[in-house]
Amino acid sequence: MNLDTLEQEAVRVPSNVAVSCITFGAESWLQAADAMQQAGAVLLTLWGSDDRDRDGHFRIHAAYLMPQRLWIIGHAMPSDSPVYPSLSRLFPVADRLQRAVRDLLGIHADGGDDRPWLRHGGWPASVFPLRRDVDPAHAHAVQSSAYPFVHVSGDGVHEIPVGPVHAGTIEPGHFRFSLVGEKVLRLEQRLGYAHKGVAKRFESMRLDDGHRLAARACGDSTVAFSWAYCSALESMNATVVPPRAVTLRALALELERVANHLGDLGALGNDAGLAFGQTQFSALKERLLRQNAEVFGQRYLFDLVVPGGVAKDPPERALVALSSELSDIKREVNELRVLYTNHAGLQDRLQGTGYVDPAQARTMGALGLVARACGLARDLRVDLPWPPYDKFLPTVAICADGDVAARLQVRFDEVLESLRLCSQWLGDMPAGAICVDLPDTEPGQQGIGMIEGWRGPVLAAVESGVNEGIRRCHIHDPSWQNWLLLERAVLDNIVADFPLINKSFNLSYSGHDG
Amino acid sequence: MIALLRQLAEALLAIALAPLLAGWVAQCRAWLQNRSAPSLLQPYRTLRKLFHKDAVLAEQASPLFRITPYVVFGTMMLAAAIIPSVTTDVPFARVADAIALVGLFATARVFMALAAMDIGTAFGTLGARREMMVGFLAEPALLMVLFNAFLMYGSTALPTVVHDALAFDTHGLLLRPSLAFAGVAFVMVLLAENGRIPIDNPTTHLELTMIHEAMLLEYSARHLALMEWASWLKLFNYACIGFALFAPWGIALHADTASPLLLALALLVLKLTVAGAVLAVIETVSAKLRVFRAPEFLSMAFLLAVLGILVHLLLRS
Repeated sequence: MNLDTLEQEAVRVPSNVAVSCITFGAESWLQAADAMQQAGAVLLTLWGSDDRDRDGHFRIHAAYLMPQRLWIIGHAMPSDSPVYPSLSRLFPVADRLQRAVRDLLGIHADGGDDRPWLRHGGWPASVFPLRRDVDPAHAHAVQSSAYPFVHVSGDGVHEIPVGPVHAGTIEPGHFRFSLVGEKVLRLEQRLGYAHKGVAKRFESMRLDDGHRLAARACGDSTVAFSWAYCSALESMNATVVPPRAVTLRALALELERVANHLGDLGALGNDAGLAFGQTQFSALKERLLRQNAEVFGQRYLFDLVVPGGVAKDPPERALVALSSELSDIKREVNELRVLYTNHAGLQDRLQGTGYVDPAQARTMGALGLVARACGLARDLRVDLPWPPYDKFLPTVAICADGDVAARLQVRFDEVLESLRLCSQWLGDMPAGAICVDLPDTEPGQQGIGMIEGWRGPVLAAVESGVNEGIRRCHIHDPSWQNWLLLERAVLDNIVADFPLINKSFNLSYSGHDG
Repeated sequence: MIALLRQLAEALLAIALAPLLAGWVAQCRAWLQNRSAPSLLQPYRTLRKLFHKDAVLAEQASPLFRITPYVVFGTMMLAAAIIPSVTTDVPFARVADAIALVGLFATARVFMALAAMDIGTAFGTLGARREMMVGFLAEPALLMVLFNAFLMYGSTALPTVVHDALAFDTHGLLLRPSLAFAGVAFVMVLLAENGRIPIDNPTTHLELTMIHEAMLLEYSARHLALMEWASWLKLFNYACIGFALFAPWGIALHADTASPLLLALALLVLKLTVAGAVLAVIETVSAKLRVFRAPEFLSMAFLLAVLGILVHLLLRS
């Protein structure tokens, strides 16, 4: 099987980017996966759906990201034997995705790791909360059981368990280090502590309300997730969003990128013992957040992107003030960049730390800025540009070094590039309406939204249900791929450098756990 | 009897001033980072808060874990009594020399490391082994600094060093090249021994990067208060050793009258103010070194101290 034959049979799925969909039997499903792997695609996500009420089948959907399009390969399984071929041989990230699908829906991959991933004893192993016959209101007694970590043995090998509760104010996650002295031999992560049942919650919501939940799946990427959700819904309805709303959405997305990068740049300095960097960058981030509040009425831009457009039309003088503030921030970022680059002590900590080589990044399916810091030019805004990026192509920030210093450089470059885009849009903001009404949606429609958030590509796959409800909504955070890569990036480093490497990835627990 | 009272007063002064020094360094650091600074009295408030809390002990804690805070605090207090901070005319200063001081600090370190491993948590052990690594590299460097003084004044007893430096040196100006080498080496040892940047970061919350703090993670309430207080006292003691060796001006040689004592106290506060500010500057402009750079840093200190000795021998011959 090759891509050409796939292209002939595939159907287009409504989306803001190019998406093709095809459904196969078990054998072809695996062959298609093989073809995707040969072609260098990234296994972006897996999600299952319970369609037993409709045709007596469960379905599994695999989304493969290629530079030119997103492929969705589906496979239907009869309800009495919900088993599909495992992809873990082809894609390392598949293991965790398959475990998550199994925990939520009870459909199994034939092979690979069979430990739970998202289920931490919050519900029994015999209950699959995402099945349609499971009542979301029913609470289960918590029964936690021991989790079999992979044990490393040898002379002088010892373990350090870290988390899920950490000393800093961060989200929960467990890291199990196996060390010899200070050197890391193996890191095994255990995630899922922040599982909130977002997918189940979607199914009791209306289509025109779902963007609010999507915005809260991962609080630091609220614009990216709500835009992805709204894009899926709007493409399903063939709604054209007014140009002013499109530009305002992009402005918000870039402001979100800048704010997060500024926070990370400061935190990276602080983790290397240079608290001065943190105070400077925190002050800059705070200035930006206050501007967000002035312009959009929200510091973190929650609920700005709504189906059909945006919720708030900023007054002209707020946009002018934002423009001058952004040029101030740009000047200061440039000054601080010189300081960071010339600080020998800081550079000594960053260079060569947490190195990821490009081949490994490609195998693991690295996404977003982590991939770009290993020299992989992956950026949806350029690869699959959607409005307004089709007219305002950003320059992709690339650094081939693959270490913490490279991820710092990519962040600096992206901040400056985003500020350039923002000033272009602010100088030439289209006039007109900020929102249009959406028509009624037929049940059973599908739509995909994909947005390059600050961490990487964010996906929302929406299927409409009866009475304007959501039948199924799957959202994917790029942290899934990058968490796995982080396990490899720390190998052979000293354990004292882990916080720095972790911060240079800065992945989401909440977005991953769902 | 009067001498013992003086002795007691000097030790109490060190205990009372040590949190103030810590507060001053924290304040300077905040200013240098463009932050609004906490109050100078914040360390005292921390102590009061901790002493009012109920202590929590791990179930597996042995008596060693309980007594360590008292041992460490007592050791630092004894060191404060030995070091001539205001006057050399106190009984304890004459009975123990600087080598004994190094031994005292080592005692405190051993107890802390054992207590950190006592509970059996990964972080405590991690901190303890890093602390021992820093310690065994810092001690020789510190001894080399002290041998500089020994070569110059024929004694490692701090009162004699101070006395000779003030009485016989060129107008008491201490214009000796070997002291410059030894001085830099001493500052490097001070940074390492007190868990300051670039060796350790006293303000971090990242357990995996900690050295000193990792050993205190299981302590709470009065035990934690004593450990914190002891670490401030250690910084104060190191500063006073530094003053005795490199800036002894104003330390009262005779304590019969009040005026030299008052002058000595005023100068001590002045010197601590300057030293605290310099420490804050060093900590602000440096990043923390990788753990395995600490040996390089401390061997540099050792080398500088040896150079000081060589320079002294060359210039004398």
